[in-house]
Amino acid sequence: MTDLKDLSREAKRLAVVFEATGAQVVELDFLQISNVLLDLYGEDIRGRAFITNDPVYGEMMLRPDFTIPIVEQHMTNSLSPARYTYCGKVFRRQEEFPDRPREFLQVGYEIFDGANPEKADAEVFSLVNEALNGIPVRIATGDIGILMAAVRSLSTTETRKKALLRHIWRPHRFKTLLNQFSGLSSKPQPNQDLKDYNKLIDKFQTIGSRNIQEIKERLQQIKLESETDTIDPDEVKILDDILSLKDTCTVALSYLEKVSKKMPGIEKTLDNFAKRLEFLENNGISVDVLDFEGSYGRTSMEYYDGFVFGFYSETQKDLAPVATGGRYDALTERMGQGKKIPAVGAVLRPDLTLLLRENNRD
Amino acid sequence: MGQTFDWFSERGINLVRSDSDREYAGHIKGIKNVQLVFLSASEIPRELSSGRLHFGVTGNDVIQEKLVHFNQLAKPISELGFGFADLIIAVPSFWVDVDTLDDFDAVSAQFRDKHGYRLRIATKYHRLLREFLMKAGVADYQIVDSQGATEGAVKNGLAEAIADITSTGDTLKANHLKILSDGLILKSQATLFKSVVADFSQEENQVANSLLKKLRAKN
Repeated sequence: MTDLKDLSREAKRLAVVFEATGAQVVELDFLQISNVLLDLYGEDIRGRAFITNDPVYGEMMLRPDFTIPIVEQHMTNSLSPARYTYCGKVFRRQEEFPDRPREFLQVGYEIFDGANPEKADAEVFSLVNEALNGIPVRIATGDIGILMAAVRSLSTTETRKKALLRHIWRPHRFKTLLNQFSGLSSKPQPNQDLKDYNKLIDKFQTIGSRNIQEIKERLQQIKLESETDTIDPDEVKILDDILSLKDTCTVALSYLEKVSKKMPGIEKTLDNFAKRLEFLENNGISVDVLDFEGSYGRTSMEYYDGFVFGFYSETQKDLAPVATGGRYDALTERMGQGKKIPAVGAVLRPDLTLLLRENNRD
Repeated sequence: MGQTFDWFSERGINLVRSDSDREYAGHIKGIKNVQLVFLSASEIPRELSSGRLHFGVTGNDVIQEKLVHFNQLAKPISELGFGFADLIIAVPSFWVDVDTLDDFDAVSAQFRDKHGYRLRIATKYHRLLREFLMKAGVADYQIVDSQGATEGAVKNGLAEAIADITSTGDTLKANHLKILSDGLILKSQATLFKSVVADFSQEENQVANSLLKKLRAKN
């Protein structure tokens, strides 16, 4: 059993690293209205969060994280650059792993600032690295932005790109779609003429809010899709290469720069990658030994769309990550109803850092 | 209930309902110290998982919906060969553009774009449906709770699709619905479960073993 005094001391120790930047310390309500979280995460969040009911507000959740409510507050209250830090409990249902804790502390840090995103990336990463000083960790980094840019620069229809981008965080379905679009597996084919479909529709009663017009539009889409050329195998190969890339940041960057000769659409994200590495170097991080994975951050980190990173225990491989973070520009746009601001942040787990510190001492 | 009685009696175990039909209790002929309790099928998982019941007969659909890591709480002993039902996903029959989960996922995206909210699926099997769709990588849907008459939910404007158990599919058809060709979530039937967590005294253990022996002799 962890001594609660030790735990709060550890949380404080992590928190001061972020408070030292002058960041605004924020506190949040435990109960959050479900809709915001549901709209963002989809139904899956109901499997991860504790749900309760309020007679007035309806369904509410015990906060499963801080980031979303902080983004929501920032986007409604102000658009000026800001740094926030927090320390508090979050709550998670544990269906899959009943042994994992249902409530635990998080210390976190968020930067809303568009002036120099790569510098902000490096700042968040370096502060986390500093806070975890003395704990043996393995670090993973990635960049969802490069992947998204690669998808956007495929020479194919916008409809296909949109479908792939929608599933970038669901690798399995992403692969299924990519295989269909590239002719590696069969894709949905209209098995009858559109006119026959119209006759078929007439045989049934129309029920529910999806109307006949929507069905006809989709039939049209399926027809178009079946007539569209498959994606060039060379481009699919590039995408696969990016996804399976695993090397140090420095090597990964020069590899990707070579790739960009064939796929110029990713050049801008690589410039950002290079800038970020420079800022990291300036902060004393040796990017020559820092790992980079092309697929990192595609599972369980649904709102990150740029730089992503995670710190893991070197010794206890099955332990949840000690710290995770990343860039979430698109999230601010989604929650800002038209307004947006580049943002990056990270969370740390004092319970795990304490455990690892103690193990390290033994 | 009659089918459960028949199944046991074929194995030489004669369940007897108490004289008063209104009383939800009974015993086994010739075996002392066994008390029969009649409960709604959906309450049996809870009773097995709390250890208040040693054995229970119910569908494995409700067991798997209600109990997380169900096999650590209730162990299936024997399938009873009736009460067959498939937990499936069904959509309106006039959705002629939809046959598979791939289609369903594409329609979820289209629906959210057009209507501004996530496509609603009515069900009482929240957990099983969510896990199934998560594995399939389907996004942009929402679950709407429906504890009964779920097949009517689309017609009544409460949902765009449903997930429910069906045996013949007739009710679905009557409600203008069709099953997704790869939308089978679970096959269910009446099953005898033994509680993994219930205490068995020495005497209870003896009774349990003699009952299990009779069941095994026939199977």
